[in-house]
Amino acid sequence: MNFQKTLKATLLGASLAVIAATGASAKTLVYCSEGSPEGFDTALYTAGTTFDASSKPLYNRLVEFKRGTTEVLPGLAESWEVSEDGLEYTFNLRKGVKFHTTSFFTPTRDFNADDVVFSFERQLKKDHPWHEYTPGTAWEYFNGMSMPDLIKEIVKVDDHTVKFVLNRPEAPMIANLAMDFASVVSAEYAAQLEAAGTKEQLNQQPVGTGPFAFVGYQKDAVIRYGAHADYWNGKEKIDNLIFAITPDAAVRLQKLKAGECHVMPYPAPADIADIREDSNLTLMEQQGLNVGYLAYNTKVAPFDKKEVRKALNHAINKQAILDAVFQGSGQAAKNPIPPTMWSYNDAIEDDGYNPELAKEMLAAAGVSDLSMKIWAMPVQRPYNPNARRMAEVIQADFANVGVNVEIVSYEWGEYLSRSKDENRDGAVLLGWTGDNGDPDNFLAVLLGCDGVGGSNRAQWCNDDFEALIQKAKTVTDKAERTKLYEEAQVVFKEEAPWATIAHSVVFMPMSSKVTGYVMDPLGGHWFDGVDIAN
Amino acid sequence: MLRFLLGRLGLLIPTFIGVTLVSFAFIRLLPGDPAELLAGERGITPERRAEVLSQLGFDKPYWQQYLDYIFGIFQGDLGISFVSKKPVLDEFMTLFPATAELAICAIIIAVSIGIPAGIFAAVKRGSIADQAIMGTALVGYSMPIFWWGLLLIIFFSGILGWTPVSGRISLMFFFPQVTGFMLIDSLLSGEKGAFLSAVRHLILPSIVLATIPLAVIARQTRSAMLEVLGEDYVRTARAKGLPPRAVIGLHALRNALIPVVTTIGLQVGVLLAGAILTETIFSWPGIGKWLVDSISRRDYLVVQGGLLLIAGIIMLVNLVVDVLYGLINPRIRHN
Repeated sequence: MNFQKTLKATLLGASLAVIAATGASAKTLVYCSEGSPEGFDTALYTAGTTFDASSKPLYNRLVEFKRGTTEVLPGLAESWEVSEDGLEYTFNLRKGVKFHTTSFFTPTRDFNADDVVFSFERQLKKDHPWHEYTPGTAWEYFNGMSMPDLIKEIVKVDDHTVKFVLNRPEAPMIANLAMDFASVVSAEYAAQLEAAGTKEQLNQQPVGTGPFAFVGYQKDAVIRYGAHADYWNGKEKIDNLIFAITPDAAVRLQKLKAGECHVMPYPAPADIADIREDSNLTLMEQQGLNVGYLAYNTKVAPFDKKEVRKALNHAINKQAILDAVFQGSGQAAKNPIPPTMWSYNDAIEDDGYNPELAKEMLAAAGVSDLSMKIWAMPVQRPYNPNARRMAEVIQADFANVGVNVEIVSYEWGEYLSRSKDENRDGAVLLGWTGDNGDPDNFLAVLLGCDGVGGSNRAQWCNDDFEALIQKAKTVTDKAERTKLYEEAQVVFKEEAPWATIAHSVVFMPMSSKVTGYVMDPLGGHWFDGVDIAN
Repeated sequence: MLRFLLGRLGLLIPTFIGVTLVSFAFIRLLPGDPAELLAGERGITPERRAEVLSQLGFDKPYWQQYLDYIFGIFQGDLGISFVSKKPVLDEFMTLFPATAELAICAIIIAVSIGIPAGIFAAVKRGSIADQAIMGTALVGYSMPIFWWGLLLIIFFSGILGWTPVSGRISLMFFFPQVTGFMLIDSLLSGEKGAFLSAVRHLILPSIVLATIPLAVIARQTRSAMLEVLGEDYVRTARAKGLPPRAVIGLHALRNALIPVVTTIGLQVGVLLAGAILTETIFSWPGIGKWLVDSISRRDYLVVQGGLLLIAGIIMLVNLVVDVLYGLINPRIRHN
């Protein structure tokens, strides 16, 4: 069978590469990852697990997030200029960047503008030969970030200069290009696969410019990478990187303790105390770039009155939620963006827990005997580890102020789809994890007028708020944008389309032998710059 | 015998049609679709959703999708996974050996301990040993697999350090997959210590997966033996002065095995269901976890194809059991 031949060839070539790297001093880092990657062509997917295994070790982007921050640095582009009108972005590409040499591909040229144009045009142009290269090629992130409406064309100026022409000014454009879907793949490798009639291999045997080269993948078990010897940013300190796929959190911890792996993501909240006490382990933690919220439907009475929404916000005991649902791994949220994000307005005061005030405000708004629905998600998400429990705590809080709550839930896909309905009955628990560290990615997506009937679950369209975020999209000066977003947060708090609930804290246990690991505020797992003591 | 075999084979046809219908309908009856789930919180516009579904062929009428599925089966084509973009059959063939290896080890453990334990309990009926064996079997039968697996990992791997925590072989070993059975491949690789590593990795998951079938087989063997031991021909054998070993081994056991063989056949389905949990705990790359992941992602073709293949295997095993049954018990064959 074809797959067996391919697999054998890959593994054989791969084992040779690994043997070459398994000298006396070869360093191997094992990461107990939480799940299997869906594939290795990053732009086809939306899941963080897939990004960790594909875009982060294997590829680079024109611009990169500085390790541990959402600040954007030069990547495959050494520098860039933005035209006065904000419609043209010209990137000067880095020279001498090598693609990986593997058992299945030997590059004959360095990275150049053709690779950039290929990587984006295949997602943008419907008539591109690679636009539908495997069944159901959705380019979901590219579409989700509205790139097809935004990008007019991508022009190769010369071998080392590429120009992105936009249909409208978009200040977060640079941050967007640091995202996983913007990973640059090899056009030469793609041409080779196309000639061989094996296009689908692009998703199975990846070639990039990143710090690690692909060695082999045993489905649902192990992914192996070797350090890229000619990496433009210098060869990594570890020689081999292995992802040991371990879906269960308790088992991951046992493997970490037994020395079968060195780093693990997503520990169970109940194990945190145990990990802290273990002297062989280090526990890193960071506030996640996310927010969990309860979105009222501002189009349906009585939630169309901001006084009612405000009153209900005062009825919620966030501390009780943090204790019961987050078990110490959360932080109360007062703004729709997390505190680690630039333009976070810390001067804003939260609607404090005050059931008496809530009752008075409800009475003043003429609301009595209110019955409502609260939607609880059926799945665990980073911003909400247990939505059902959260809904129960809120149900009890609302009962204290005389509001009767019925908790409803649907299957996840159905939940996402039904909660968009403008006539939806009830307030919805949901949340968001940032994509690119830009406030626009929270405020415009979740609360902008375009999102009504879609990702704006509060169905809230406020003229003042909209004017501020629209203006911030077109301004390139960060200080000015910061002011606009700070003001937008004031309007949000005033109007209270949501009850902002919590931002989660993300933990990362690892062996104390591991050094140089930096947590990513965007939730990814990066192994460049990491070292391990023998 | 031929007529009996043909009759059994003929019965497979309606079963096969039923399986295709159920596997096809099951995943489509669940709310939510792949496009919606792929987009997550980010959302997808109705136009974009329609576009994605049409690319996948899920906009066609159901009868047409079903016919495509059936024609595909006869051409050995079960479609391509929406998630991994690989042919369903290739994915199954890559993962199935892992599940099969685990299931075979588990059934060997279950049979080799369950049958002797059942015989012993029957022979020593009413004794403390009998009560202990049957009590243990009841505990085994009611064991929550997930909890049991984790308990064994914490004790044997965490505290004692005797067995590895999870996986199929130490990450140090890296050789081509030839048969997909790690025990065989590790021997073929010629790498020192590889086979032992594979065996050590198999111990805990096999024990966990064997627990429930072992309990069932022990109880079934005991009750079948008790029934047979009361039969006239056993009394006759004893009266002839045959040694107890011969009475039990030659006369009683052979007859008692008939229902036990059926039970073992039925346990194959139980093993494949138990594999889902066992594979998740022990990070075992088999078909159980693959199917569950595919259901939650609404990877329609993987679910319908995977279910069909598993059902096919269960049908095959049951056919073999039926034939064996016919061989052991001529009465069945002639009826």
